[in-house]
Amino acid sequence: MPTFVYTSRCVGCGDCVDICPNDLMHFNPKNRKPYNIEPEGCWECLNCVKVCNRSAIEVRGYADFVPMGAAIDVLRDEKRNMVFWRIKYRNGKIKEFSFPIRTKPWGSIKRPKAADPAQLRSEFLSDEPDIIGIKDLKVPSAPREVSK
Amino acid sequence: MRSRTINCDILIIGGGMSGCGAAWEARRWLPSSKIIIVDKANIDRSGAVAMGLSAINTYLGLKNGENTVEEYVKYVKNDLMGVVREDLVYDIGRHVDGTVHMFEEWGLPIWHDKNQPERYVREGRWQVMINGESYKSIVAEAARSAADEVYNRVAITHILRDGDGKGCGAVGFNVRDGTFYVFIAKAVVVAAGGASQIYRPRSTGEGMGRTWYPPWASGSAYGLLIDAGAVMTMMEARFTVPRYKDGYGPVGAWQLLLKARQTNAENKDCFGLHKDEIKRDFNGMGGYADAIPTPTNLRVYAVLSEMKLGHGPIYMHTEEVLTEKNEEVGWEDFLDMTISQALVWAAQNIDPTKMPSEILPSEPYVMGSHATENGAWASGPEDISKDHNPRGENDRGKLYFWGYNRMSTIDGVFLCGDACGATAHKFSSGSFTEGRIAGKSAARYIQDTGGSKGSVDKSTIEDLHDLIYSPINRYEKFRDTVTGGDVYSSLLFWKQGIVRLQKIMDEYAAGWGSFYETNEGLLNTGYRLILYLADDFEKYSAAKSYHELLRIWELYHRILTAESVMQHMMFRKESRWPGYYLRSDYPKLDDQNWKVYVNSRYNKHEKRWEVWKVPVLEIVG
Ligand SMILES: Cc1cc2nc3c(=O)[nH]c(=O)nc-3n(C[C@H](O)[C@H](O)[C@H](O)COP(=O)(O)OP(=O)(O)OC[C@H]3O[C@@H](n4cnc5c(N)ncnc54)[C@H](O)[C@@H]3O)c2cc1C
Ligand code: SF4
Ligand code: SF4
Repeated sequence: MPTFVYTSRCVGCGDCVDICPNDLMHFNPKNRKPYNIEPEGCWECLNCVKVCNRSAIEVRGYADFVPMGAAIDVLRDEKRNMVFWRIKYRNGKIKEFSFPIRTKPWGSIKRPKAADPAQLRSEFLSDEPDIIGIKDLKVPSAPREVSK
Repeated sequence: MRSRTINCDILIIGGGMSGCGAAWEARRWLPSSKIIIVDKANIDRSGAVAMGLSAINTYLGLKNGENTVEEYVKYVKNDLMGVVREDLVYDIGRHVDGTVHMFEEWGLPIWHDKNQPERYVREGRWQVMINGESYKSIVAEAARSAADEVYNRVAITHILRDGDGKGCGAVGFNVRDGTFYVFIAKAVVVAAGGASQIYRPRSTGEGMGRTWYPPWASGSAYGLLIDAGAVMTMMEARFTVPRYKDGYGPVGAWQLLLKARQTNAENKDCFGLHKDEIKRDFNGMGGYADAIPTPTNLRVYAVLSEMKLGHGPIYMHTEEVLTEKNEEVGWEDFLDMTISQALVWAAQNIDPTKMPSEILPSEPYVMGSHATENGAWASGPEDISKDHNPRGENDRGKLYFWGYNRMSTIDGVFLCGDACGATAHKFSSGSFTEGRIAGKSAARYIQDTGGSKGSVDKSTIEDLHDLIYSPINRYEKFRDTVTGGDVYSSLLFWKQGIVRLQKIMDEYAAGWGSFYETNEGLLNTGYRLILYLADDFEKYSAAKSYHELLRIWELYHRILTAESVMQHMMFRKESRWPGYYLRSDYPKLDDQNWKVYVNSRYNKHEKRWEVWKVPVLEIVG
């Protein structure tokens, strides 16, 4: 389901251009609005759709192996930390789902603190073993070669 | 051409799951050093987790005694038919839980068991359920907080080595404005992910990008490392995943959590029908066919056998397990990680509570973090691997340990995620964990040795600059010699090149079009054709824009990856993973001669491959 952009809704903000993992959304120099320059490279990840707050981008099933007439709408809300889905079947049936996306506010991860430098040459990663929830790091119970 | 040179301590190539882990951990051990991530996309949504995931596939639950690390190693070893680096797998298993706890701390919604709140809800024995729509964005936020700078939209084409042969940086270009980038570093972490689109996808035309592993998985980790001369391992074990047909929806939750049956058209279980024959030919010394769970590739083999007998299609019986009450779980599985599958259902008016869906084995992928183990050969952890070196060897390509955990055979070049070979079943959490291991190890290497001094010849950089932009210059030179279109006698565009690559690999190196079978003759013929493609790339590759320049260098990495896959497949004279591919001239598993790693090294100046065996040492009985 490659993406396409409705000229009337797009304001040319470029957010979709910024996010596409495959570098597919490019500005059309004629109208300064983006379009999918390579539909055959689209993974249908919908990241461009989720990021467009004008709802200007839609997807349609691959015309060459998916029947037409179905649709998926998505709204991702970083304030409520939910994603809302609306699936329209070809026969008109509608399904709606919503799921949480995060339990903490965006931007809440702080630059990590230094680990204990005395452990640099040990096998411990930072905050271990506590962060694993056990008392020490595991080593193979019988560190031996059992074949050859 | 505008150009920029950036000096740093640690350069991380690829800000996917493993690259983000490397940045986070390196920062913890080097609080005031300069750590840089460079990615061809935007790390907020890049790599295999760009769309999100609905499960974390590696979590042991050590704190609740749910599993032991030894059990995890045995499971991984069995799934890969006895050949994995147990030292590396063990190392992932003992650290991975800490990573998952950290993800939850950062706000990733992980499901908790209502009856035992200290436990997560299990999808299967090793997997836990999440609401992972924003998985990658959350992990990227952590990486951005740890790194000094993130260079988005800069594609790396080549790794740099200094006068002593140490890894000392990389070069690439901005895919939007074409700026040439030179990164000079004391240590380099390669985290550029696995490869799709090397084999002809089952998807066609406009939908060609709809593959299971994302179309942007360009094999760059392998291409960069092969080009730099690193030793590769297990490149023959490229794999096939059974997925919902056309949408490529994953089957894990359906098999493990919902326990849906998978049958042939006659409603019979495929594995049951072929168990005897599988046991006869593929049990080996490890009793692999009897293992629980049955190795992934053996399950695929049973499905393929039924399809060959004309008993397809294969069905996933969603209608037997999904009701209106629990159907949300099924939909969530796709909406959080493979949205197109939901669209295929809607477009074909499939109500999963009422009718089954078709399952089909995918085209092969080359990668190292899922149910397979392609990648580069790494040094193991000191406390496990140090004593496991075959005596008398001093070639790193045959050793298990040479000082720094996850260091490749090139000093100062570290590996994680899909880039690191012979370590299957890492998945998202294990890849991030391996990134942490590599990040700490790189920090230690810099502290101990000072790392590379970054002395690269000016002429080396200039040559690379000219090489990188040559496809654009070639196009400019010839563009007006024809009246229009993309057909030139002496220009090869990326699309033409990738389709050629996919056709060769599909027809000669056991793609779906040849029912995943090959033999010596096919491989030799196919290899000749790959060499012509590699030669054509050198002589004719062309790009009309920086976007196409990205595609053409992705093609370069894919061609090198494919070459190594073929070299390894030619070398291994047995069928170890019959569902992934069968060598029809050696149609059985042969533990006596082939329970070994196949390792290789490419000399790009002489265009010569060296391939050899390394014995498998087991540390967990
Ligand atoms: C559909 C699907 C479902 C999956 N399901 C699960 C699951 O349920 N649970 C689970 O735990 N795992 C799952 N996985 C596996 C998991 O996503 C991978 O194991 C993991 O992402 C591998 O991490 P990595 O860092 O090696 O690669 P990636 O995460 O793919 O990162 C690679 C990075 O390198 C960058 N890059 C590539 N080439 C270059 C270059 N030349 N220059 C600069 N940057 C470059 C990419 O842009 C990307 O950011 C799934 C994967 C897929 C595709
Ligand atoms: S995000 Fe939406 S509004 Fe902004 S450029 Fe893209 S399509 Fe237009
Ligand atoms: S759906 Fe994904 S791959 Fe396709 S254009 Fe949008 S962001 Fe890019």
